[in-house]
Amino acid sequence: MSNTPLTFKIISDMVKDKSRVLDLGCGDGGLLSLLIETKGCRGTGIEIDEKAIYQCVEKGLTVSHGDIDSDLSDFSDKRFDYVILNESLQQVLHPRQVILEALRVGKQVIVGIPNFCQLSSRIQLFFGGRAPITQELPDQWYNTPNLRFLSIKDFRAFCEEHNIKILRETGVSKNKIVRFRPNLFAHEGLFLLEK
Amino acid sequence: MDENSIGIVETKTYTFCGSPNELVLNSGEKLGPITLAYETYGKLNGDKSNAILVFHALTGDAHAAGWHEGAKKAGWWDSMIGPGKSFDTNQYFVICANVIGSCKGSSGPASTNPKTGKPYGLSFPVVTIEDMVVSQKHLVNHLGIDKLLCVAGGSMGGLLALKWSVLYPDSVACVIGVATNYRHTAQQIALHEVSRQAIMSDPDWQEGDYYGKSIPARGLALSRMIGHITYMSEKSMEERFGRKLIGKEKLGFDFTHDFEVESYLKYRGTSFVQRFDANSYLYLSKALDYCDLSEGGGLVNVFSKAKASFLIISFSSDWLYPPYQSKQLVKAIKANDLDVSNIEIESSYGHDSFLVEVDDQAKLIAPFLKRITKETNNV
Repeated sequence: MSNTPLTFKIISDMVKDKSRVLDLGCGDGGLLSLLIETKGCRGTGIEIDEKAIYQCVEKGLTVSHGDIDSDLSDFSDKRFDYVILNESLQQVLHPRQVILEALRVGKQVIVGIPNFCQLSSRIQLFFGGRAPITQELPDQWYNTPNLRFLSIKDFRAFCEEHNIKILRETGVSKNKIVRFRPNLFAHEGLFLLEK
Repeated sequence: MDENSIGIVETKTYTFCGSPNELVLNSGEKLGPITLAYETYGKLNGDKSNAILVFHALTGDAHAAGWHEGAKKAGWWDSMIGPGKSFDTNQYFVICANVIGSCKGSSGPASTNPKTGKPYGLSFPVVTIEDMVVSQKHLVNHLGIDKLLCVAGGSMGGLLALKWSVLYPDSVACVIGVATNYRHTAQQIALHEVSRQAIMSDPDWQEGDYYGKSIPARGLALSRMIGHITYMSEKSMEERFGRKLIGKEKLGFDFTHDFEVESYLKYRGTSFVQRFDANSYLYLSKALDYCDLSEGGGLVNVFSKAKASFLIISFSSDWLYPPYQSKQLVKAIKANDLDVSNIEIESSYGHDSFLVEVDDQAKLIAPFLKRITKETNNV
């Protein structure tokens, strides 16, 4: 899953010490806490789930109860060193606009996506004829919070089309970094972007 | 009295701005001497860095927590202020003062005008939210506190807290605004005007000169009934009263009370008359209607003066001070690169939620204050 120690570590390695971070869809604030404690970052989050807001505040975080589809307009240009979209992009209504907005308010953007074209998904689609259910995509079609299903390759193509530079890319599968053909073997892709 | 109560408390008073140092109000008129009724809970620490000023809502008073000797009810925010509570009196020194214009021990239209020896009545100057804040700064100075850890309040209290943050940015570390807004909309002004008209059309009102005579009880009760409708939500009224009849099996086909909600409002109105002054209701509702934090250059610009960290709490069913106003407020604070956390709590209790949803607020306020305390000590 997205909130594994390895994913957090990869993201944390992308972030320079003492930087300003905005975590979009920050959930219970686990990643933000880590960045504040280990990297001395100043951070704030946006989260849509009311229960998660209590968890964030209890951790001593600054958090805004809001919608990342609409609330990025609150911030001025390049306000943050990093804007993080870890496992939240596939749940927004307007991903293109959110990424471009994230690149406006952040100097760099970190994106983590579940890879819909990982091998086991392809097998389930091809041989089972069913929408895939994997560890990273555990929900049925009727109850998944995900609105978008994309692959690592799809995301690379998106960046190219929009003149977004991919500064770093890491594929992850079950707590291992996938270096060989990540679009086939990684369950998750992590990107460091700049425009 | 629960075991976490602060116990027996007393209201104190502080009088200042005596002649010739009267306070010049927003209106240009002068007021003095001014008396503020206030209470304090907990202990001020050695470096005076743990003080929290809590502001009350429209008809509230200085008695925020604990019990008055022989009283049947605790202070209005007793669920939030006390040992181990959201505003933990084991750690913080909490102050609450009655606003000027009110009738709960602070200078207001029912107070005696020192120049005439009679109650002010309508000769009491119209006061604003800013005037209330300025007068309470005198009290905080008197208590020897340069910088408050926090200013906090719900409804009108939230507006006062926000006003403090822009008026005295160096005198506060954080602001907690609950079920609040930044200016009164046409609808809010309209509701207040109906309440004022209810009072002023009562023949006993006598242009405000009714002290020592028959008070405008019917008008005041009616105005409180209107108020109570705005404090609840359709859902909370439906859940509480529905169409239940009161004291009868079937409809009476007359104009006595049929429904429980009618009798509830009447009870609320009548009990309010015994505890509140009609003129104060006029003054305080006017102060709220006059309040517009965004005047003189827009909301973003106004908060450019602020330095505090903010926690803004709103409630989904609050139609009097709806969550969207809190959102606009948060947007303006964010635009100034200030530290702000906000939440819209799902609740069906309407505007009253801020007095009801205690557990959810505790989960936010206690850790927020803990963080700010830590940050303040590290500076």
